[in-house]
Amino acid sequence: MSHSGPSDFQQVLVSDERGTRGGEPALPEADLKHMYRAMLATRMLDSKALSMQRQGRIGFYVPCAGQEAAQVGSSFALREDDWTLPTYRDTGVAILRGISMKTLFDHLFGNSQDLMLGRQMPNHWGFKSINFVSIASTIAAHLPVATGIAMAMKMRREDKVVMTYHGDGATSEGDFHCAYNFAGVYKSPIVFICENNGWAISLPASMQTASRTFAEKAEAYGFNGIRVDGNDVLAVYRASREAVEFARRGGGPTMIECLTYRMGPHSTSDDPNRYRTKEEMEAWRKKDPIERFRAYLERKGYWTKDYEDEIKSEIDREINEAVQVGEKVSPPSIETIFTDVYSEMPPSLREQLAEAEKQE
Amino acid sequence: MPTINIVQAVNQALREEMRRDNRVVVMGEDVGRDGGVFRATEGLFDEFGQDRVIDTPLAESGIIGAAIGMAVYGLNPIPEIQFLDFIYPAFDQIVTNLAKLRYRSGGQYSCHLVVRAPYGGGIKGGHYHSQSSEAYFAHTAGLKVVIPSTPYDTKGLLLSSIRDADPVIFLEPKRIYRAVKGEVPDGEFTVPIGKARVAREGRDVSIFAYGAMLHVALEAAESARKNGVEAEVVDLRTLVPLDVGAVIASVQKTGRVIIVHEAPKTAGFGAEVSALIAERAVEYLKAPILRITGYDTPFPYSLEDHYLPNASRILKGIEKIMQY
Repeated sequence: MSHSGPSDFQQVLVSDERGTRGGEPALPEADLKHMYRAMLATRMLDSKALSMQRQGRIGFYVPCAGQEAAQVGSSFALREDDWTLPTYRDTGVAILRGISMKTLFDHLFGNSQDLMLGRQMPNHWGFKSINFVSIASTIAAHLPVATGIAMAMKMRREDKVVMTYHGDGATSEGDFHCAYNFAGVYKSPIVFICENNGWAISLPASMQTASRTFAEKAEAYGFNGIRVDGNDVLAVYRASREAVEFARRGGGPTMIECLTYRMGPHSTSDDPNRYRTKEEMEAWRKKDPIERFRAYLERKGYWTKDYEDEIKSEIDREINEAVQVGEKVSPPSIETIFTDVYSEMPPSLREQLAEAEKQE
Repeated sequence: MPTINIVQAVNQALREEMRRDNRVVVMGEDVGRDGGVFRATEGLFDEFGQDRVIDTPLAESGIIGAAIGMAVYGLNPIPEIQFLDFIYPAFDQIVTNLAKLRYRSGGQYSCHLVVRAPYGGGIKGGHYHSQSSEAYFAHTAGLKVVIPSTPYDTKGLLLSSIRDADPVIFLEPKRIYRAVKGEVPDGEFTVPIGKARVAREGRDVSIFAYGAMLHVALEAAESARKNGVEAEVVDLRTLVPLDVGAVIASVQKTGRVIIVHEAPKTAGFGAEVSALIAERAVEYLKAPILRITGYDTPFPYSLEDHYLPNASRILKGIEKIMQY
């Protein structure tokens, strides 16, 4: 059993009825549709990339289906010049913040146009253009770095904010503790989004900690932890907006625990049928964040079938073009193995590059 | 020209650069109000305040991780690890983030900073205040490793390190923090990273050393002269990037090699230097390469003088190598 703990969390959209609990954030139609489109695009990229990996066209992929509301709702609360340090599962953040399908697929292919120059496996991307810091595989290693960036923003008297993401598993790592502790001590302008998706590969969240919730861990560090329905994009957005504004006016950190579900495997190298039940997955499928938001938009008169078809075919086109073009782009040159280790290539690496080129 | 010691040289370099460049920030345990347990950061808190001289909680991974974040954002942080022996909780930050950020981001991001740490034995520090673990960092692509042995080099290399575009692990030989004094100019000068220095010229044997061991090697070389042996002593100063040219030039000159370091023998930096020499200068060698190092044990307390290479051990090594 994945999640345990109490059922008190913030919610706007009710699970399976087309209603709300009230407290809708006052967002214009364009903004709501912007979020909806990003969630849909994330889901469509996810399906495509998963199937391409099974076909052997990309080597590896980290799916995020089911977590779109947590990722899109939170990052939409940011200003353009705020910084993010997401995890390898937070594709929705990249898409919401404006990264194109071409850029994403070039990385998945690891081709010569990949911004990461094919050096890292999927989804270990980073995008300076949107201040999305590049990712390592090591769980929670980015968290102290995120706190450091927030500390620097405050030291420089800038009113920017850092939003960083981690899962339930990450809360067990020492770096989670270091990052939260420093953030609390220095009252850094940072929002920690904890995507509690129920599983850290095969370990259920109920076995990750003896704490009642993940949100309550924030209290130990001197700041607020709140819990939201992570599949309710409006609840996530509302809580994130509040936390971002709180940080921006000098209030310090907030932790937002988003209760959500990892609909797919941990990665394309994982088979979740080995450790979880179809009943559990079906129960969470009924709370699909995209369907819930669609129902809300339809009730508001913003969503129509024509609208859906239109954006789906747009996104489809973008994905197909990115795949068709990106798949034909050549791999990076041998030289890229040896550049960027240092700011300038030292003599020792120039020798090794020459050696490597001789092998070709 | 004023005569100062190594820890004063550190202090001077930090103070002068902090005046010159307001991106420079110092952080670590007890570095602010206390001025550092070795007084390396004495007076900086009074002059620059708590925004630039930061007393951190007790968490090496937090210190280095936060410093990396500051560097990514455009500050120039100089985090201190109180003793190199305590760096291991931060080892993941160093290997996973510090060393790889530029590479893994395709050059979009970089984080240049200087990790300063007192290292080495001889202060009755036992296992956890005496380690020389430079080999772990030399083995990690993306880092530079700098180890001065004199006050002049300390200031010049520290200034170079602070200005370097890449992350530098700057190890300060704490046994000789106060014992070794030298002339150091006030004001700005740098010593280049990646250049060794011939501390003593000679024609019979090349002794490569760094840190506190440089002075022990010089002492041994002086004694060897009485037996008619002229030893050349080369201070490596930078382990990565190593001045391979200077090493090979000395080997070509003498044909005999002794490498001295405090760190344990197996897979120590001496092994790397030995391999490099064997690859590039084997035809010049008149004798096997000799390494005089710490033993493959944790660093002992009561018997530390037996553990650390001393002039007498080096002298015996010289005698042995001259027999070939």
